[in-house]
Amino acid sequence: MNGGQAALELRGVWKEFVKGDRRVEAVQGIDLDIPPHSFTAILGPSGCGKSTLLNMVAGFDAPTRGEVRANGAPVSSPSPKRAVVFQEPALFPWYSVYENVVFGPKTQGRSAQTYRPLAERIIEQVGLKGFASHYPAELSGGMKQRVGIARVLAMQPELLLMDEPFGSLDAQTRTLMQELLLAVWERHQQTVLFITHDIEEALLLADTVYVMTARPGRIKKRIAVELARPRTIEATTSPVFNALKREVLALIREESVRADAETALE
Amino acid sequence: MARVLRAPWALVLPAALLVLWHLTVEYRWVAEGIIPSPAQVLRSWEVWIFGVTKGGLSPYSGTWLDNVLYSSKRVLQGFGLAALVAIPLGLMIGWNRLTGRLVDPTIQLLRPVPITAWLPFAIAVFGIYDASALFLIGLGAFYPIVVNTTHGVRDTNLLLLRAARMMGAGDGTVLAKVVFPSALPSIFTGMRLGIGVAWTAVIVAEMIAVKSGLGYVLWDAYYVGRMDICVATMVSVGALGFVSDRVIVYASRILLRWRTLEAGA
Ligand SMILES: Nc1ncnc2c1ncn2[C@@H]1O[C@H](COP(=O)(O)OP(=O)(O)OP(=O)(O)O)[C@@H](O)[C@H]1O
Ligand SMILES: [Mg+2]
Repeated sequence: MNGGQAALELRGVWKEFVKGDRRVEAVQGIDLDIPPHSFTAILGPSGCGKSTLLNMVAGFDAPTRGEVRANGAPVSSPSPKRAVVFQEPALFPWYSVYENVVFGPKTQGRSAQTYRPLAERIIEQVGLKGFASHYPAELSGGMKQRVGIARVLAMQPELLLMDEPFGSLDAQTRTLMQELLLAVWERHQQTVLFITHDIEEALLLADTVYVMTARPGRIKKRIAVELARPRTIEATTSPVFNALKREVLALIREESVRADAETALE
Repeated sequence: MARVLRAPWALVLPAALLVLWHLTVEYRWVAEGIIPSPAQVLRSWEVWIFGVTKGGLSPYSGTWLDNVLYSSKRVLQGFGLAALVAIPLGLMIGWNRLTGRLVDPTIQLLRPVPITAWLPFAIAVFGIYDASALFLIGLGAFYPIVVNTTHGVRDTNLLLLRAARMMGAGDGTVLAKVVFPSALPSIFTGMRLGIGVAWTAVIVAEMIAVKSGLGYVLWDAYYVGRMDICVATMVSVGALGFVSDRVIVYASRILLRWRTLEAGA
């Protein structure tokens, strides 16, 4: 039944925001097929509609036109099958790290016997051992983001949606988090849709990178990243990686020239 | 450290006012017999609290605690009633658009009517009984609590609502575990304002609508020219208001521990 079915399918997805008589075309005609257990990155400049796209996939927002399907079923509302790591940590400040991490499984009615050991293991995996009873206010930005990741891992979702999860971190922490994500993904192989504006991050993590145009966002090109797994940060120094990086850079430069030309014409 | 240093500074102005008060009476800067001296107030207050052992002619002798309890009980009942109605209602107004559209305009329309203006109405409907006092106190405390609860609910971070939804939370869970804790600081702000209004209301109500409590004593003492008792009553009400406010602040510190951590960070 699941023979070759896409984990996620987007068909001609458009999104237009209307405020009074002002209209913003955020994304235009997005078509995507994301196979199960794949790691897909969407790469695009700030404001090109990446979060808009992810919100529609998560079910927070409906497309103006087109359709989003997850495992063949149309997406109409948020679901624990599609876990989201937000651009900001979005933790519940009144709950401890542990309570934040078990919120998902607890809400879904799983038993404490199953989620407690799982949560403890995940908290250790993301390097927060000893911080389980701390409150978000007592954590650094990087630690909060790790809790945000731990809580979606504890949900054991089919699909992981990540919106620039490391965007606000310093370079060193970001590298650590990328390696952590690689390690976790290589073990669990959930389907991941990862949004970023960082070329190296996209190439390091993903099997497939979709490069988006500046606003209004469209898919400009699909790039297959054929780097061996398991990957580590060292992969970023390989010739294959650098060739891909040059290719993407050229695409983005072309895109920004086009965008500038259009702005100049307006 | 800072706490220790702050205490004496806080006492400077009250001490100066006390000295000024004493000198005003001592040197007759106002006409004699209008204002009692601090010492005189203290003596009368002592009799009011403890009574006199022999020949107690004063009608106030030893009645302080009873009146404090009457007033406190009314404030507690009226305030409790107000919170019990205002918090769930505020949650619903802020949460459910239809409830908001249905109820909120009426509240905004009635709110500008001062509770003192409700007094004749309350007496006409409830008579010279506790019910009148409770109605006024409850109504007075109700507005700030309901308005602040509604605000708190509407200010809930959209991202947290989305986070809860994507983790599988339904309406009930979102309301109990996200909206309510998020609104709790505002609810406490509303309760602090509410308890203040409740003390105002109890004094007004007892002056007119019932025949016991500190408000009744205050008005009665004024009529018989016992300004010393009036001042002692004012100080008593102030102290009670202060203590009840502290109790709410203390409760909020315990329940909102996550927030004090945030502020300290
Ligand atoms: N709720 C909204 N109402 C109106 N316009 C919106 C709304 N959300 C997004 N937009 C507009 O849509 C465009 C895309 O926004 P979006 O947040 O998806 O960008 P992004 O690619 O995620 O950017 P960033 O990398 O900075 O997060 C922007 O021009 C933004 O102004
Ligand atoms: Mg974004």
